Amino acid sequence: MALDVESRQVVETAEGEVFDQLVVNVGPSHPSTHGVCRVIVHLDGEIVTRAEPVIGYLHRGIEKMAENRTYLQVVPLTDRLDYVGSMYSNWAYCRTLERLADIPVPERAEYLRVIVCELQRIASHMMAIGANGADTGALTLFVYAFDQRERVVELFEALCGQRLTYNYVRPGGVSYDVPDGWIEDVRAFTTEHRSALAEMDKLFFGNTITRGRLKGVGVLSAADAVAWGASGPVARGSGVNWDLRKHDPYSVYPRFDFDIPTGTEGDCYDRARVRLYECYESCRIIEQALAQMHSGSYRTEGLPRLIAPPPGDAYDHIESARGALGIYLVSDGSPRPYRMKVRSPAFCNLALLPMLSEGHMLSDLVAILGSLDPVFGEVDR
Amino acid sequence: MAIVDRIGAALDRSPGGVILTGVDALADWARGKSLWSMPMGTACCAMELIAASFNKFDFDRHGTFPRPDPRHTDVMIVAGTITYKMMPAVKRLYEQMPDPKWVIGMGNCTVSGGIFYYDTYSVVRGIEEFLPVDVFIAGCPPRPESLQDGILRLRELIEQESIAPGKRRERPLTLPSPEDGCGEGE
Ligand code: SF4
Repeated sequence: MALDVESRQVVETAEGEVFDQLVVNVGPSHPSTHGVCRVIVHLDGEIVTRAEPVIGYLHRGIEKMAENRTYLQVVPLTDRLDYVGSMYSNWAYCRTLERLADIPVPERAEYLRVIVCELQRIASHMMAIGANGADTGALTLFVYAFDQRERVVELFEALCGQRLTYNYVRPGGVSYDVPDGWIEDVRAFTTEHRSALAEMDKLFFGNTITRGRLKGVGVLSAADAVAWGASGPVARGSGVNWDLRKHDPYSVYPRFDFDIPTGTEGDCYDRARVRLYECYESCRIIEQALAQMHSGSYRTEGLPRLIAPPPGDAYDHIESARGALGIYLVSDGSPRPYRMKVRSPAFCNLALLPMLSEGHMLSDLVAILGSLDPVFGEVDR
Repeated sequence: MAIVDRIGAALDRSPGGVILTGVDALADWARGKSLWSMPMGTACCAMELIAASFNKFDFDRHGTFPRPDPRHTDVMIVAGTITYKMMPAVKRLYEQMPDPKWVIGMGNCTVSGGIFYYDTYSVVRGIEEFLPVDVFIAGCPPRPESLQDGILRLRELIEQESIAPGKRRERPLTLPSPEDGCGEGE
């Protein structure tokens, strides 16, 4: 859909070179844009000279809506922010609120939150890797990865009755304790998931076509990653060893033994591979958490329905599948937030798109966009 | 039930026999069976739309196959929140689909704006404001099974229609535009 851009422009470069530029509009409805991203691409032949993302097609005003809801009513809204990983937004919001209103969280709830969030990381990364494969022509990988994601979703459904918008992490705990047999199911899943990951590693990352399509494409240097505020697998793919679970430990993460996989090249291949290895680490964390978890209360009893924190503000962040997800809340003492602001990692990572795609072929653009893994619920909010 | 539905039984009774039926009856019977869909996924519901067409739920066995090109499709599945900024694009894609075409609205957001009905300034409160919708599916998000049920319901609807002159269902060719006052925010 070419909306309002001139499709052909004559451009003169600084060196005095004159060439015809073709302006192509990609999106907002395009199978490879992972939602409703629109990119205006300037092409010289098939080489991208400029790619301009246009966002806002999914701007639903969640931050503004939060100002008219009570603190508890905001939790389901956060589900719709990052809908591929709803648990993270739930948790980030609840952590900020708990800090603001000084709500205690029982230890079992912290463990349950860690378990569901690591499962969510697996689900989200499977989607990202699968979509990356599908965009570069390996639809088989998507089928393999989606199978794994579906397993996680089934576990979540058994836990809280929803497949996508969980509303599971609540202020002061979680909404339900685990059902019978769930812990065994999770253990069985982690074992099975490891062998599935090994299979995917061979099938996709060892594949010559994949290497040809992803290696050396969209190279992001470590310095640029830091300068542009990239986080999550995008920054770690470039070798920036920065993970909030390790470097600003929250909840019970210091009790687990796990590594932070990093890449070396900073290309699409490394970013996808970092995601794959993070799934292994998530399995490790889940197993340790299941072993350490004791019985006890899963939520703080006696919380009022209307939470009215004292006037002030609070910020807290967690490591979501896309990076550092932060929520900032301002309270004026009433039962409704005065202001909620989301620090969205997907938004910051998407900002890299023009820089990364310059000089690449048009068909690499979708690979780069896929490797940044934006979720537009969170980008546009 | 159209006569063609009983072909199998008739052939069993008299192998090699001849069946007489109208061209319109044959076409009516056939056209609901392979609904290629235009996945207009914008938000959370799109995840369930993807889930419906992959491994576990496998849409293809109902003859519904996602084609992200409007010109190849019969039914547009609108899955997700439609904002005012997105509305013209959806409309344009709908207009690019060849006739006959149908629309399925998946999720509460397409029914009424769902959770985004109150307090927001940017969400279209129900896609019926600008699209002729045939089947709505409630849920936030609906399960993939609900979507499959929706497709089966749509098939029933299509079987009641006919391509015969005089029996055709008339569809608006152009849709109301925002300038006509459609979809104004509150
Ligand atoms: S109906 Fe619910 S799940 Fe579907 S797009 Fe709207 S908010 Fe998301």
